Amino acid sequence: MIEARGLSKRFRDKKRGEIRAVDGVRFRCEPGRIYGLLGANGAGKTTTLRILATILEPSDGTAVICGHDVVEEPEKVRAKVGFLSTATALYPRLTAQELVEYFGRLNGLDENTLKKRIDEIFARLDMDGFRDRRCDKLSTGMKQKTSIARTLVHDPPVMIFDEPTLGLDIMTARTITTFIRECRDRGKTVIFSTHIMSEVEKLCDVIGIIHDGKLLTEGTLAQLREKYGEQDLEEIFVKIVTPLQVGAEA
Amino acid sequence: MARNAIGIVYRKEFTEWVRDRRTLISTVLVPLFFFPIIMVGFTALAVVMVGKAKEETPKIMILGGEDSPQVVAGLQKVKSLEVVPYLPDWKEQISDKEIRAAVEIPPGFQAALEKGQPKTVKIYYYEGEMKSSFGVDRIEKFLKDYRDQVVKERLAAKNVPTSVLTPFEIHQENVAPPEKVSGATVGGFIGYMVVLLCMTGAMYPAIELTAGEKERGTMETILSSPISRMNLVLGKFLLVLSAALATAALSVISMGISFAALRRFNMSSGRGDAAALLLKLGPKAVASIFLMALPMAVLFSAVLMTIALFAKSHKEAQSYLTPMTFLVVIPAVASLLPGVELTPKLAMIPILNTSLVCKEIMTGTYHWNSIALIFVSTCAYAGVALFLAFKTFQRESVLFRS
Repeated sequence: MIEARGLSKRFRDKKRGEIRAVDGVRFRCEPGRIYGLLGANGAGKTTTLRILATILEPSDGTAVICGHDVVEEPEKVRAKVGFLSTATALYPRLTAQELVEYFGRLNGLDENTLKKRIDEIFARLDMDGFRDRRCDKLSTGMKQKTSIARTLVHDPPVMIFDEPTLGLDIMTARTITTFIRECRDRGKTVIFSTHIMSEVEKLCDVIGIIHDGKLLTEGTLAQLREKYGEQDLEEIFVKIVTPLQVGAEA
Repeated sequence: MARNAIGIVYRKEFTEWVRDRRTLISTVLVPLFFFPIIMVGFTALAVVMVGKAKEETPKIMILGGEDSPQVVAGLQKVKSLEVVPYLPDWKEQISDKEIRAAVEIPPGFQAALEKGQPKTVKIYYYEGEMKSSFGVDRIEKFLKDYRDQVVKERLAAKNVPTSVLTPFEIHQENVAPPEKVSGATVGGFIGYMVVLLCMTGAMYPAIELTAGEKERGTMETILSSPISRMNLVLGKFLLVLSAALATAALSVISMGISFAALRRFNMSSGRGDAAALLLKLGPKAVASIFLMALPMAVLFSAVLMTIALFAKSHKEAQSYLTPMTFLVVIPAVASLLPGVELTPKLAMIPILNTSLVCKEIMTGTYHWNSIALIFVSTCAYAGVALFLAFKTFQRESVLFRS
């Protein structure tokens, strides 16, 4: 379970002064559900998810993940979370197996459990053919599978995906979306960010639209359609974001 | 969360480190082959070059001497010299290395000699040119022998024994053991090399484990794992420290082997004097140098990691760290200057203090008070540097600098 309680993040920029990347974001994501954070580039999606993964500290507010506060107990939070983004690369000189083992050990798995988990995950993701191949020799698809194995090795109850399909080909992206669905089906709490409308429509149980660091609206796809009188999610998104953009430009 | 997180990070970093070809070059190959090439290679080359230069019969020119046929004939008879006919452009000939030297016999030299009037014979040469100096040595030897002969003849003519010229003898004798002599002459070089190689050994992994992680995009991956930032820094730091110490250790071992090989080479080629000048690295000296290098390696590792972490890429980190080499080389070179000796004040200056104490250790001198002071002060600096590294790893503005 994820609960964001008024999350804010401010950055200092020499030219632009103080920037509010995330501004009072509140939402709740239940186990067995996928929460989709939809927003344009620079809307605050990555910063929000990085705060949830405790990679960044919030300037104000907090979030609670599986009963642990992201500010007070960041290490315990990370032990409950699997974090995957296009920015989470692999160590080039480790083999796929060594990489997954490394993260398993950092998560405190004993050697027997680790071996079992790796065998199980590698079989499920069809990775046995390249388990001893160095990560710098893997194809994009193999790399994505290795990244997935890394996030799964400690069997976390919460999965955070930050634009996980960005820049991937259709087949590799499909591996990721299938995996996200599987996570939900296994009862994990899933949050993922994207700006691809079709992914949100296909995957998400709850959608939150974020713009300029603020969470403007949230609800199921059906609720949003009813609320904004539009069937197409893209139209709904434009309807929500455009008045603010016009206001900002004026 | 893992109990032995530091060890896990260290093992993983070590695995990646040994698989990196660039590491092999900077940590293993350079220190292992640098010294044999520099010491043995260059010395052997120098021996060959000097030998060749000595074998050559230098061409010299006699200026004047028309009225002093005796001395001219004497010079022409010297087998190790080749007297060439006089040419007015003799100065250019020396500069152009056509001839090695010229000797000027003043007018009326022979007559003045017979009358007992002093005259000056001038030798012209090319300063700094080895073959020219060999020519000068041979001319000088002939002239000194000639002068001694004249003196002896004069004394004999007056029935005065030649012993009157040397009422007493002067004899110098070195009482310092050979290792102290060699330590005093070339011992500073060891300290300098240990300092320099400790730093170069730490530099590449320090960049790789910080800016390299950012550039590859693995920083976010590791930060999303449950390891604490402090343990992560410590695991990385220990690897950088290992690299620094491994480079220093390999260089000291390689140095010891090079010196031993060179000593044997000099002894076998009958150059015992040169052999005595070479260092003998005993186990006590090696252990002591390591002990002193340890806190310095900690200091380098922590400082280099902290600076490299500010960079976004390998290239940027290299541009930040290159000036560091000069900062390190300056105090290390200062320790090589004649007259710079270990004092309580200098014992507080990092790098310089370690270089100086290594020099002392090489002469077999152990000033325990200074050693303790240097060890403690360098440990303190290293502690501060390590603390800064921890703090820098906590800063989001540094980790996610864009």
